Amino acid sequence: MQIYLPIAELPVNIFLLLGMGLAVGFISGMFGIGGGFLMTPLLIFIGVLPSVAVASVAPHIAASSASSAISYWRRNAIDVPLAMMLLVGGTVGTASGVWLFTLLRSADQLDLIIALSYLILLSAVGGLMVTEAVRAIVRSYQGHPVVLRRPGSHTWIHGLPFKIRFKRSKIYVSAIPVLGIGFIIGFLGALMGIGGGFLLVPMLIYFLRVPTATVIGTSTALTLVTMAAATVMHAAANHLVDAMLALILMVGGVIGAQFGARAGQSMKAERLRLLLGMLVLGVGVRFALELLVQPGQLFSIRVIGGGA
Amino acid sequence: MKRIAVALLSCALLAVTNAPASAERLVTSLSTHQVLVSSNFTGTEVVLFGSIEHDGAPVRRRGGYSLVVTVVGPREDMVVRRKARVFGIWTNAQSQTFLKAPSYLAVLSNRPLDQIAPPETLRRLDVGMNIVPLPQLAAGIRSSDETFRDELIRLRKQKHLYVEDANGVTFLTPDLFRANIRLPAEAPVGSYEVEVRLFAENTSLARETSALEVVKVGVEQFLATAARDHGFLYGLATALLALLTGWLASIIFRRD
Repeated sequence: MQIYLPIAELPVNIFLLLGMGLAVGFISGMFGIGGGFLMTPLLIFIGVLPSVAVASVAPHIAASSASSAISYWRRNAIDVPLAMMLLVGGTVGTASGVWLFTLLRSADQLDLIIALSYLILLSAVGGLMVTEAVRAIVRSYQGHPVVLRRPGSHTWIHGLPFKIRFKRSKIYVSAIPVLGIGFIIGFLGALMGIGGGFLLVPMLIYFLRVPTATVIGTSTALTLVTMAAATVMHAAANHLVDAMLALILMVGGVIGAQFGARAGQSMKAERLRLLLGMLVLGVGVRFALELLVQPGQLFSIRVIGGGA
Repeated sequence: MKRIAVALLSCALLAVTNAPASAERLVTSLSTHQVLVSSNFTGTEVVLFGSIEHDGAPVRRRGGYSLVVTVVGPREDMVVRRKARVFGIWTNAQSQTFLKAPSYLAVLSNRPLDQIAPPETLRRLDVGMNIVPLPQLAAGIRSSDETFRDELIRLRKQKHLYVEDANGVTFLTPDLFRANIRLPAEAPVGSYEVEVRLFAENTSLARETSALEVVKVGVEQFLATAARDHGFLYGLATALLALLTGWLASIIFRRD
């Protein structure tokens, strides 16, 4: 059944969209991430303009992180003061991301920057994740126990001033890296249409030593608010949010996430990390091919406004 | 002086040869004047019927009648961009701007255009792909390089937004004809101009125009207008919708 998307101005098969929502939702439930880094490229691939894809994925991620944030809230797994602090940086970051997005769009360079950002970010993060996971798997085969870096091994980050104590997470860190991490996630999220969960969780663990008990819940809470804010800002500044598209995606997404979460529980953590790393790397490579291989279609048309 | 006289004379001559042109008139009708785009819109077909009316006794035309039906969608400013390799990366490099290019263009006829009238005549009358403007280099200056223009036409044809069909008009009787105007799903909303031109013996004998409206209806229209006119509220509503969906899902799938 074809459905006409009013903002993307494109007819698409509703079952294709639902299926994409389900598949990405499954993966996001499995790995505890938002899945924006998969959904945005998929939308671009089926012909949605990159700008519309980035803006419309924001409400989709907001919906899926809302449902998981609520269940983490029930389990008291969200460090509220830490989430608030991250949010201060996150909101500023989102606003800057939307501002740069608008600027690049008017300079006609948005599509290129989106593709380049995906290429660089996903290849780097995916590469790191894969090597880390492979190392962990090899170690566990050799019989060594999997050693996670213990909290307490201080880095330069812990030497920064303006320290705050977060009781729920039992950490005592400077406000500067907290705000900085929030800013980066908000900024990249608004610019690239990603929730940033796959970046935020490792950052919180490695830089702030947030314990496993609160890290995913807190990260989900931040994603929820930055993506909701990105939705409003993209709609107000660029009029590019397709509510119809977002609604279909989020319905598929929240259902898929339930099944994904169950599948994820039966897998070993380092295997999950390897799979996720390969997925991230795969999307990065896909963008690399797009930029490096001579495209079949050299010419493209863009409508810049009503003539009469 | 002599040149002007020659010009005047040829004008007069033209007028004389065109004199019998008033002998034919066109009467046309569209199957609908309004195409509604709703969520299940996958394109549609509008049928144009028409007949050639004669004032007085029908004139025998050498080679018979030819018809060209031109449908022009709302005009838009378009940029055609060419990718090139910059520092090893394929990116949009050169571009040309086309002001007021038709967003949709169908040229339907009952035989190839080059058999209907000489190219100069077609160009002067703006018949066929001649409607697509030349690219704008700077204010008022137009380029004569047609590479980008050809690509514009080719890309639009691929999406069935530009159509050229030399068998698009069928004669049911010598004086009665029909043409099927196919509007693809991507057909932009707005008003479409339909022009029917009658040719015989390399000249245009009669012309008739009508209009066609493509409008969005229902939820699409509501969403498109809301997004454009009330961006902030629209965004707020979409964000709330997202929270609601997430909340509902957490209730439906609650496991603890």
